[in-house]
Amino acid sequence: MTLNRFIIAASLALSIATAAFAEEPQKAPAGAVDPAAAAATATAAAPAMTPPAAETAPIAAPAPKLTVKKELKANKAITLSMFALIIGITLAVVIKAASKNKTAADFYAAGGGITGAQNGWAIAGDYMSAASFLGISGMISLYGYDGFMYSVGWLVAYITVLLIVAEPCRNAGKYTMGDILSFRTDPKPVRAVAAMATVAVTTFYLTAQMVGAGKLMALLVGVPYRTAIVGVGILMVGYVVFGGMTATTWVQIIKAGLLMAGASLLSVLVMAKAGFNPLRFFEMIVNSPDIQDHVTKMLLKDGKTGADLLTGVDAGQRFLEPGLYLKNPLDQISLGMALVLGTAGMPHILMRFFTVPTAQAARKSVIIAMWIIGIFYVLTTLLGFGAAINVTPQGITQVDAGGNMATLLLAQQLGADIAPIFGDIFLAFLCSVAFATILAVVSGLVLAASAAIAHDIYVNVIKDGHADQHEQVMAARITSLVVGVLGIIIGIAAEKQNVAHLVALAFAVASSGNLPVVVLSLFWKKFNTAGVIAGLVVGTIASIGLVMVSPNMTYPKLEAAKGEKIIHAMEKKMAALAPGATLDAKDQKALDKAKVDLLNKDGKSILGLDAPILTLKNPGIISIPLGFLAAILAALAFPSKRSEEMFDEVYVRQNTGIGMAKAIDH
Amino acid sequence: MAEKKYDWSAIARHPKFVELHSKKSAFLFGWWIFSTVYYFLLPIGAAYAPGLFKIKVIGVVNFGYAFALSQFFVSWGLAHYYAHVANKDFDRLTRNLIDELHL
Repeated sequence: MTLNRFIIAASLALSIATAAFAEEPQKAPAGAVDPAAAAATATAAAPAMTPPAAETAPIAAPAPKLTVKKELKANKAITLSMFALIIGITLAVVIKAASKNKTAADFYAAGGGITGAQNGWAIAGDYMSAASFLGISGMISLYGYDGFMYSVGWLVAYITVLLIVAEPCRNAGKYTMGDILSFRTDPKPVRAVAAMATVAVTTFYLTAQMVGAGKLMALLVGVPYRTAIVGVGILMVGYVVFGGMTATTWVQIIKAGLLMAGASLLSVLVMAKAGFNPLRFFEMIVNSPDIQDHVTKMLLKDGKTGADLLTGVDAGQRFLEPGLYLKNPLDQISLGMALVLGTAGMPHILMRFFTVPTAQAARKSVIIAMWIIGIFYVLTTLLGFGAAINVTPQGITQVDAGGNMATLLLAQQLGADIAPIFGDIFLAFLCSVAFATILAVVSGLVLAASAAIAHDIYVNVIKDGHADQHEQVMAARITSLVVGVLGIIIGIAAEKQNVAHLVALAFAVASSGNLPVVVLSLFWKKFNTAGVIAGLVVGTIASIGLVMVSPNMTYPKLEAAKGEKIIHAMEKKMAALAPGATLDAKDQKALDKAKVDLLNKDGKSILGLDAPILTLKNPGIISIPLGFLAAILAALAFPSKRSEEMFDEVYVRQNTGIGMAKAIDH
Repeated sequence: MAEKKYDWSAIARHPKFVELHSKKSAFLFGWWIFSTVYYFLLPIGAAYAPGLFKIKVIGVVNFGYAFALSQFFVSWGLAHYYAHVANKDFDRLTRNLIDELHL
């Protein structure tokens, strides 16, 4: 009774938190596809500020060649037929998988029948979102070195997965994080809280992905936002409800294959321009007049003068040095912590280790995933710098201020250099890679969320574990349907919202809530029920709370101040114009937005603040220690003899796999 | 299916298990700390040692770029080193333990 009430209260709290984030008004100009990187908003806002600064710039650099107006136009017929092909192939996989889903083990863990190599590709497919694919190369194309540095953490995170969680989870778990945490604790409350944490992480991540998906599809193929969300949503629900883990795995494998093929092909075209000589490639970056001019303008905007204001080759070289984008080192370190510890606490990644039969296969799958992910990020560097050289930063920001379209523009341009039709085909191919990417990531998330609800809450809390296989599979299917439909609704509702911080938030919750309790459950004898609950609750709430008072939120007063500055700059610019001339479209848009922002100068942020309390966009550096501390202190405060006695069992199981819950047993 | 009963605390005290878990813990936590420190040198170095990151090493490629790229190779290298040790030592010790316990 109390437990049920607790669950209801927790669900309510969670939905309020999500709603609060969804209410957050969008502060950056739309078009930022990049759902990862709290980066996107700042990126998008920055270039908009360029014109007023540029006006006063004493530029001695070689005059950049006039860039032709770039535009991104995917050939609709070719693109849609490629989409149809991908949908066709994946649906065939689903139909094949559907007949096999007879037990809960089949549905959640593909019957433990995925091989290490397959799982490696699937992990890579599950992990690399459209943000990795488009966002990071865009960041490199506009900010050079910092974009590359940003990508490193996404691979290093897998060292934690490999060394600390992959094999123990395979040995000690079954379908969900709740299985591992409830092993030697009071199962009902622990499962309930674990499921809440899982649903929180997946909801944040899924919302960001859905909004990104809708915007991307609208931009690439011109379908309306809502149609795109509903289309993606229906496919996602179809894969998961009918195909379960087997179909989701294959969608992820297909996507990872397409992504690597696209990135490799484009990299070859980029390197061909540099005669396949890496040193020549870097010289091209440094000597590009467009990049030099772009860097000089960025330095001007940062208020650099005199000897610090680099021009010419020095400015080109500056593009290969840190600090053009990531300006708060503490934020960087904080994000690094969230990545390194959060990836290993992501429920949809943890879940992938239950699909392989042995710890050896789990080990092999992480290593394969690390090669795919690592090679992909190295290729991303080539694509990002390649776009900077060939498309030029000026051309990229014309199409999307955040740089998210850099890779696609590059494909269109380099393809068209061979033959115009090849440009269309290549662009269409990359659009369909982006499409497959979205499908693979959202399917994995829906499956993880529904496993937590159906397996942890319904089967083990409400039904006390007494549910036959048929009922378990039915519960899993119904939950997936409900989760998927909610995902579609949230996606539509959040169209105009600022979602860039939600990925950072998902990683913060995973690293501060989930990871500490998973690690302590597996390795610390004195850990117990109180510790799990305190760790999950404090880690999750601290992450959400800190993000809500961070610069990620919109502070109308600060926006108004910014708006005022823009209006002044524009007025000056207008005064300097020839009589009768008007501002160009971009400046006019900036002016209109500034005027709107100024109207709201007495507004407050969602928590009634005038300005952020915290200067960090990523709360990890504070919330991770809090999560660990809460878990440890609570476990010490409420010791449990039973939990300590059962530690031998957990420890032997996770190290050796003795008595492993074989997913194939049924 | 009836689950087999094991005497977990007896296994936990078994010398082979003690050997396995002490070797494994030392390896895992030691190398995890190494990789974490190596990784955080990147954002810390970029922020506090920009002079070092600017030094050109090959052509126009600077130390910062080479260091960031080295992160990938260090991660891959460590992953393979772990797989090698785990396949050779940890899996063998586990098999020995299971054989001796007649499981």
